[in-house]
Amino acid sequence: MNIIVCLKQVPDTESQIKIGSDEKSIVTDDIKWVMNPYDEFGVEEALRLKEKFGGEVTVVGLGPKRVTETIRTALAMGADKGVLISDDALEGSDSIATAKALAAAIKDLDCDLIFTGQRGIDDDTGIVGAGIAEFLGIPQLSLIVKVDVAEDGKSVTVTRPVEGQALVIESSLPALITAQKGLNEPRYASLPGIMKAKKKPLEEKTLADLGLDASEFGEGARKVKILAITPPPERAGGKIIEGETPQEKAAELAKLLHEEAKAV
Amino acid sequence: MAQGVWAIAEQRDGELRKITYEIVSEGRRLADALGQELTAILLGSNIKDKAAELGHYGADKVLVADDPRLEAYTTDAYVAVISELTKANDPAVLLMGASVQGKDLSARLSAGLGVGMAQDCTAFAAEEGNLVATRPIYAGKAYAKVTFENSWPQMATARPKVMSISEPDASRSAEVIDAPVSLDDSALKTKVVELVKDKGGKVDLTEADKIVSGGRGMKGPEEYKILEDLADLIGASVGASRSAVDAGWRPHADQVGQTGKVVSPNLYIACGISGAIQHLAGMSTSKVIVAINKDEDAPIFQKSDYGVVGDLFDVVPALTEEIKKYL
Repeated sequence: MNIIVCLKQVPDTESQIKIGSDEKSIVTDDIKWVMNPYDEFGVEEALRLKEKFGGEVTVVGLGPKRVTETIRTALAMGADKGVLISDDALEGSDSIATAKALAAAIKDLDCDLIFTGQRGIDDDTGIVGAGIAEFLGIPQLSLIVKVDVAEDGKSVTVTRPVEGQALVIESSLPALITAQKGLNEPRYASLPGIMKAKKKPLEEKTLADLGLDASEFGEGARKVKILAITPPPERAGGKIIEGETPQEKAAELAKLLHEEAKAV
Repeated sequence: MAQGVWAIAEQRDGELRKITYEIVSEGRRLADALGQELTAILLGSNIKDKAAELGHYGADKVLVADDPRLEAYTTDAYVAVISELTKANDPAVLLMGASVQGKDLSARLSAGLGVGMAQDCTAFAAEEGNLVATRPIYAGKAYAKVTFENSWPQMATARPKVMSISEPDASRSAEVIDAPVSLDDSALKTKVVELVKDKGGKVDLTEADKIVSGGRGMKGPEEYKILEDLADLIGASVGASRSAVDAGWRPHADQVGQTGKVVSPNLYIACGISGAIQHLAGMSTSKVIVAINKDEDAPIFQKSDYGVVGDLFDVVPALTEEIKKYL
């Protein structure tokens, strides 16, 4: 069973986000870049399926050269080979263009399952996975917390929590799954894993290599245009509840929640 | 030229979901700002009797796609039907909820139509005939204001519980129109084989009106009982911070934050949560935030409307007792 995992490199969750002087971008200088946490669940699930069914796990990343580190991390976890789509013309691409480039790279690879994270924790868009599935003409199964591939490797049954319930969905393969927290506990790369990863194949591709027209990518081709990026709205300074004892404070808080905030 | 605002209704088991009223109400406001008609799109099986109600919330027309294969949401069938309707009618704006269903549907639909999409927005406006959407990015550490270029319809989803629901006006009525449904069964590649209801019928955090959340300060899984008692009293759902979930005290589905759920309740009570940036990112659109924490320097107090410095094991049970006096 051959599996592809798409990887995005994102700022670590502890990162403070600073807005650039153009007020349309963020400052990336001091950012610690990591693998998108939701993509880690995809890598882990792919490795578990490979351990069960055999086959190969290929990880595909897109972005500047620094994304190589994220691909190497997945190789160190146990993926077999990597592909980096890197091209200056991709800078500033929106989700649909990104999905188009990833789909073009995946199209030529023989695969049964594709994993992406349910969303990137940077733009929080959650479109790329569905976009890849659309461009490849395969089903998408989004926000999945459980994956069972049939013994014959021809179909998959997944669990998708929706508000208040969970749906168990059966799909033919190939299919694309977007991973949600709860799917598994991703492994850490072992030291031998890290050593081995250095020798695993990592291929770089440009848009031209993928037969794509550069004018359909990048800032200029964006269909969603960023007008401004601003800090979150400030919350008015909070009120610290005074009181001698916990009981007094609780009484005052209950009163404020009832009378002032009208929240209870 | 593309004309009209469309609001995609969401139903489950034949009942309209709350997000539907939010989207139709917001769609009405936007249609007025753009000087256009509002059409609600309703998919389901034997669902037509629900169409009139959408008129009360402001829809001028309701397009109803009624088919047994549309009874429950599936990506394949819903995308196929809405995509065809969109191509045939050329709306200017397509709105839906950023619910689990709406996120799945909108993403696939936008790729299929080859149009831009603004996900999980917290505000909409009309500027020079275009939809302008505001959406939190980096889980709310920044906000992006976006619009669309050479992309029709202009598509966006709204974060649940953010858009206000208009007072229904029973004197308003919508023209109800049967929409054609042509589905190729061989193109429906997925099927729902089982449906498991959550235990206890707890309201999902993304839809909860009130949330009582516990973090590392809870010290262990048993201690959540005091939060559950308070939550039961005020009709809240119980949430948790990442550290509490990673410690195994609470299920993954309860996590609020950048790698968990992003929530916007009317009331968020954070107990023993210091306020790591990735947690704050997930709850900062809550309307009223209360923090209860021993550490007076905890960052959560900077974000809260009401703070209590104290031991949550004393304060929370006392608060539960005090609130009873008002109920």
